[in-house]
Amino acid sequence: MDILAAAGARPGQRPGMRPLLSIENLTKVYPSGQRALDGVSFAVGQPEVVAIIGSSGAGKSTLIRCINRLVEPTSGQVRLGDRDIVGMPRRELRAARRRIGMIFQEFNLVERLTVMENLLSGRLGSVGFFAALLRRFPPSDISGAYALLDRVGLAGYQDSRVDALSGGQRQRVGIARALMQNPDLLLVDEPTASLDPKTARQIMRLIRELATERRKPALVNIHDVALAQSFADRVIGLKSGRVAFDGPPAALSAATLTEIYGAEDWSQTIRPAGDEAETPS
Amino acid sequence: MTALETAQKRYPEVWRRRSARASVVGWLWAAAIACAAAWSVSALDIEWVFFADAHEQAIDLARRMWPPRWSYLPVIVKPLIETIHIATLGTLIGLVFSVPLAFLAARNTTLNGFTWAIGRALLVASRSVNTVIWGLVFVAIFGPGPVAGICAVAARSVGFLAKLVAEAIEEADRGRVEAIEATGAATSQVYLVGILPQVMPVLIGTTIYRWDINVRESSVLGFVGAGGIGLYLYASINQFAWQQVLVVLAAILVIVIASEAVSAYIRARIS
Amino acid sequence: MSTAAAYPTTWRPPALFGSRMRQRLALFGLAAYLAWSVSDLNVDVARMLAGFPRALDMLARMIPPDFTRWELLTTGMVESVQMALAATLAGLVLSIPLGIAAARNLAPRPVYLAARGFIVLGRTLHEVIIAIFFVKLFGFGPAAGLLTLAFASGIFLGKMLAEDIENVRSGPVEAVRATGAGFGQTVVYSIVPQVLARTVGVVIYRLDANVRHSTVIGIVGAGGIGQTLSASFSRYDYDFALAILLSIIALVALGEWFSDWVRRKLR
Repeated sequence: MDILAAAGARPGQRPGMRPLLSIENLTKVYPSGQRALDGVSFAVGQPEVVAIIGSSGAGKSTLIRCINRLVEPTSGQVRLGDRDIVGMPRRELRAARRRIGMIFQEFNLVERLTVMENLLSGRLGSVGFFAALLRRFPPSDISGAYALLDRVGLAGYQDSRVDALSGGQRQRVGIARALMQNPDLLLVDEPTASLDPKTARQIMRLIRELATERRKPALVNIHDVALAQSFADRVIGLKSGRVAFDGPPAALSAATLTEIYGAEDWSQTIRPAGDEAETPS
Repeated sequence: MTALETAQKRYPEVWRRRSARASVVGWLWAAAIACAAAWSVSALDIEWVFFADAHEQAIDLARRMWPPRWSYLPVIVKPLIETIHIATLGTLIGLVFSVPLAFLAARNTTLNGFTWAIGRALLVASRSVNTVIWGLVFVAIFGPGPVAGICAVAARSVGFLAKLVAEAIEEADRGRVEAIEATGAATSQVYLVGILPQVMPVLIGTTIYRWDINVRESSVLGFVGAGGIGLYLYASINQFAWQQVLVVLAAILVIVIASEAVSAYIRARIS
Repeated sequence: MSTAAAYPTTWRPPALFGSRMRQRLALFGLAAYLAWSVSDLNVDVARMLAGFPRALDMLARMIPPDFTRWELLTTGMVESVQMALAATLAGLVLSIPLGIAAARNLAPRPVYLAARGFIVLGRTLHEVIIAIFFVKLFGFGPAAGLLTLAFASGIFLGKMLAEDIENVRSGPVEAVRATGAGFGQTVVYSIVPQVLARTVGVVIYRLDANVRHSTVIGIVGAGGIGQTLSASFSRYDYDFALAILLSIIALVALGEWFSDWVRRKLR
């Protein structure tokens, strides 16, 4: 058992400061009786990349979606800053969502629209209905979009239709869209599941760089343990809707992984502590 | 590009989805449609005065329809059955004629350019004329009665079915056809074994779909004298027997909904 | 060593409806139905056979088609096209709220059920019947025809729109909602782009179909070329009737070709 946990403090919490994100006893029970989340609690007190791992059905996706209430939690609290998201009325929820940027596994871009329009959809929370209809966004949003395109390596693609892009390019658009919101928190749901291994690493690297630059926390669902170890500051392992592990990636041992996923030859997956950082490519 | 580099650059603050030229074209289309709408409404001879009291008339009409005269029901049972007969027989006859027509109208199975043109012309003629209009034509030929109705339904269905089947024939897998041809089979056999099985699912599904539409069409064929329940509806309206009208409408509603349900069920079972 | 197995010498293809028995039953049922319906219909064979010489006579009278009264013809056709155009646009406007209300993934359940029920009712009634009622309320002439077609178009387009909305990919919709956008913005930004192309195609198709439907409702006095046609039949002016029929075929075929062209360009 971890010393910090024994002292009552939560990992990642800066002593004396209110955590940026605090999940308390989050529970989700589906009508069928399935307990997707069972009393999940943790806090993110500093800007860090938190990887959430676990087998399919362990509750990773449900957890991420409960945070911005795309899925309604059954009970528990989700505090972003000082407000509890779970109890919020619709209006305030929309305001809260504006502060949370979400990146999806299947990119979830509107394929018939151009890259620029998809980016601008990140600002929908801040403009009115007719502005959205006529695509009239403030100049600061437009230049911000161009800057982000540059940053994610898609300069010049603003007029391309999304269905003409490759998987890796589409995910970059998805990342840029989330950042257009200038969010206080990034929720990332399996960003690399639909990508080839090399592109997956590039995307994870990009996400990590962006989160670090902006000094904002990021929760990343990921099923690839090696990727989680390479790019995360902290790992939370879920099993059957409960937190089974919460600590630095170096502390992931074969025993822990067995507890989270089940018995398997973990020697190929884990990077033991002290390994060099991956070579730049 | 790194964060530092992007922070130092200047970026445009305006973005247009369409180029200036494309925008103009878009506005021209919108203007054209608006003009067309304005022209069509203004040129029509509409007595706007009627709009004033129309809702009162509607309520009056509704009141006169209630309560429905259920005693009229036994009278229309036979015509209802006749309506279904007309629809079913008409669809079947249409099906029989549509298969050869489809082969004629498909580019890959027709004999030459001339026959293809004839096939297409027959398709277009059949599909451009509504069932009820065909009813007018056949009543003039055969006199009033269900025979005219059946022919009318068949005439409209032939084109409908043949067009969809012709499309399926044109999209048929060439490989399978070639395989049969390579065995030295006669052309008709090639069509029978190579193409027809591929086209079967489309054919059956479309026929059932058309049957269900035809039930609806047959319910009004009686207006032009081509048999079915339409005659009784027409007569009831002309006699201002509104309570009977409601009963007839309810009966039509039932058979149309029932046929739609049957059609959806069978089509779901087939696919 | 075992002897070579004996193989069967006959083979029958598997039946269409699951079992041979069921297929035989289906065919038998079909034959029985045919026999019953034909006898039930009281077909007067003698009269039917008498119809053939009458058909030939009518054909002779139809040809050549009489285009001399082309002003009357053109007036009727133009009226039909105007009705079709105005009705399609009106129907489009009506279909937007109806389609949204009838989409299971957008509308709350009671609204959805009510909208779907309305659509079923509207589709079941043939446009001729609807035309009669509008003629009753608005008198003879194109006003009734316009309203009939607008109503029928609204129902048809509303149903198509609802189906398109239900088939929309939910991922992009979820993503737009996650940015904090409101209902209207979500519809405009994530649903409209996905359904727009097909909707325009369906509208153009309906425009052409409305020209065809306007011919039918003319029979009950709702204006358009149908009224001209019906009158010519009742006056036994078969050559004029053929002229009208050929014009209708030409116009509808032209419209269909135009509709196919537009839909292909949109893909």
